[in-house]
Amino acid sequence: MMTTVLASVGLMPGVLAMLAGVLPVAAVNWHSVLFLLFAAVACACAVAVVVADNVVRMAFYLVLSLAATAGLFFLAGAEFVGAMQLMIYVGGTLVLLVFGVMLTAQAPFVAIKTSSGDRVLAGMVGAALLAVLLQAAFRVEPWRRPAVAAVVAPSATPIGMALLGVRVDEPAAGAPAAAVRSGYLLPFEIVSVHLLVVLVGAAYLARAKRRRTPRAIDVAASSVGPVVTARQAARSSASALVSGGGR
Amino acid sequence: MADFLINTVGLPEWLAWTITAFVAAALILNVIAGGALVFIWAERKIAARIQDRLGPTRTGGRFGWLQSLADGIKLLAKEDLMPEGADGMLFRLAPYVSFCASFCAFIALPFAFDFVGQRLNVGVFFVVAVLGLEVFGVILAGYASASKWSLFGAMREAAQVVSYEVPLGMCVVVPVMLAGSMDLVTIAEKQAGWMTNWYLFHDPFTFVIFWVYITCAVASVNRAPFDLAEAESELVAGFHTEYSGLRWSFFFMAEYGSMFLVSALAAVLFLGGWNGPIPVATLVGLSEGTGDTANYFVRLIGCGNLLLKATLGVLLMMWVRWTLPRLRIDQVMTTCLKYCTPIAAAMFAGAMLWQLAFPGGVVRGLSRPAGEIREGWLEGPGGLSPSRREPLSHVGAEVRMESQDVVQVVP
Amino acid sequence: MSHLAAGLPFASVPLFAGLLSAPVGVAHYLVVGAILFTAGVVCMALKRNALGVLMGIELVLNGANVNFVAFSSPYLRGEGAASLGLDGQIIALFVILLAAAEAAVALAITLNFYNNHATVDIDRAEDLKG
Repeated sequence: MMTTVLASVGLMPGVLAMLAGVLPVAAVNWHSVLFLLFAAVACACAVAVVVADNVVRMAFYLVLSLAATAGLFFLAGAEFVGAMQLMIYVGGTLVLLVFGVMLTAQAPFVAIKTSSGDRVLAGMVGAALLAVLLQAAFRVEPWRRPAVAAVVAPSATPIGMALLGVRVDEPAAGAPAAAVRSGYLLPFEIVSVHLLVVLVGAAYLARAKRRRTPRAIDVAASSVGPVVTARQAARSSASALVSGGGR
Repeated sequence: MADFLINTVGLPEWLAWTITAFVAAALILNVIAGGALVFIWAERKIAARIQDRLGPTRTGGRFGWLQSLADGIKLLAKEDLMPEGADGMLFRLAPYVSFCASFCAFIALPFAFDFVGQRLNVGVFFVVAVLGLEVFGVILAGYASASKWSLFGAMREAAQVVSYEVPLGMCVVVPVMLAGSMDLVTIAEKQAGWMTNWYLFHDPFTFVIFWVYITCAVASVNRAPFDLAEAESELVAGFHTEYSGLRWSFFFMAEYGSMFLVSALAAVLFLGGWNGPIPVATLVGLSEGTGDTANYFVRLIGCGNLLLKATLGVLLMMWVRWTLPRLRIDQVMTTCLKYCTPIAAAMFAGAMLWQLAFPGGVVRGLSRPAGEIREGWLEGPGGLSPSRREPLSHVGAEVRMESQDVVQVVP
Repeated sequence: MSHLAAGLPFASVPLFAGLLSAPVGVAHYLVVGAILFTAGVVCMALKRNALGVLMGIELVLNGANVNFVAFSSPYLRGEGAASLGLDGQIIALFVILLAAAEAAVALAITLNFYNNHATVDIDRAEDLKG
């Protein structure tokens, strides 16, 4: 395997030089190529989530779509947000979602189909919304043709300081010169308390409850297939013994 | 390397970057694959010696060092099976998802000062985040195998990995706090010099945090004593029961890759990264400005240092595996929630207070790097420029005191 | 990464080749955000599985996040054009946090519903009682 890897690495410059001569482009902007790659994966997987019927596959496509979105964040220079997306969204929220999918992926619910009338209506609404959004995206000229981008090494320090209430970043381009910019200490504290409340609430909702009547899911599980409990088997064999011995 | 290709060889810029990327990827792939080969052999030998027997002794001479190669050839030649009720696409994709997560985390890992795939400012965060994505391959494998044993093993492993991310994150934050940056290169640079500069010996809280990190890392990669997801004696083989041949070997390359990764991360965060115990390069006189060849040689030695430390970490994990019995799932969760998390939180608070009380360090290294600058905060783009070290004029007095305090507390 | 964004001349060839060599602007990110958002809305409207609706919500929030990050990025716009700066990234951060919280609660509700009605089909959630 190592020899093949080394051979391919050695051949690669030759292949690329040949391609460079053949392709009609002057040069390849790798930033754009990677953007196209991540954007294509994100959009294709998002459409696949809508189109797929099997809920487990939908969850998998969603994971791919969100991971590609994290790649887009890295390309735009928002490295901290990209890492947060990977850790919290993909690594936390989606794992939770996949757990939920596994717990409820019994045979009748794995692929629930919608009626075709609903699908046509939803398709029309989606197409109209998409048209409005795309038209808005392409209307502003400075958004389509960036000039040579400023070289700013992304750093997480301004984000950390802003969350503590102190703004240390340069003012955004185009902002008025004397604008007072607020820190984000209060939203940070509120979100922390909010997460604590959600933790307690979700744990409370998901607790094991003592019930007088069995849950619908337990009734459904016990009615599927003949389950002869040990006691019933013993009782029937004992009665058979008694009746057989009594005859 | 790209600069060398652009300036010396004269290739166009995009081509130079392409070649650099391919070479970096090929090197990392070789580290993972070659490492897996060596570690599998080492595991069998270590397991054998701990169990008072010899291990592989026939393949390739006295020590059986070609055994891994023979295993690899056997796996390649095996029949490619898939269970009847399995979800085909997910069954085939699962090993690659696991392997990709393990491989992608190496992007941000520095092997020496300039030997890093991509120097990310949020390096530590990125590595921990991507390590947590390996669980998707496991869940998919467990579900797609259409087997009860696989599903149980996958669910247990997912619960374990996700639970241990919390104390792992807290353990990892302590070196970040000591260095003032999430950049792995910066963290390792700050431990340059003699061995006393390593964060392991920085304060007793960090020392304890190191061992908590080792525990959480072992649990995170599902090695014994936390390996009930693959519990060979209980669940047949857990989530990879139905996998054979090359697909199974991808899971195992992912596992050994992750073991190597968390050991290398421990080395960078706590053990000084590529810095050896004695700063030979500085003593001999080689430094940044002595020319490219000498620099490259120094970096190569540093890379060897890091590989040695990571290998020692992996060997430690193997030693623990064959010595300690396996934990039950409730014991695993108890360890995480009742022991690791509170200890990590308490040690984090302790390290923070130590930093506040002794900002310069109680035991100074014999050759601290001169002119330590807080990365990104005092100078450079994205932070205050040197001329703006005074707070902004339109901000009030309270903020002036805040920013000065922040600058002074950390040296 | 900054060296990759160094200005390269537009190629006067078909759009695809132009996309490959021209720098990417905010509009391209907005297109991706629009597609994600629309896919999420259609998913929410279309799916009968409660977890499918939840996935639609995640897609919607991600589309909005892509927009925020695009507006805040210094790489994607020319000199002097207005930008959100750091505020966009922090808003995206809060959106991620709140989405995680909301997904946790929604999943708890869904699992409770599943335990009580033995189904995740939202068309069955017609009664106010139970």
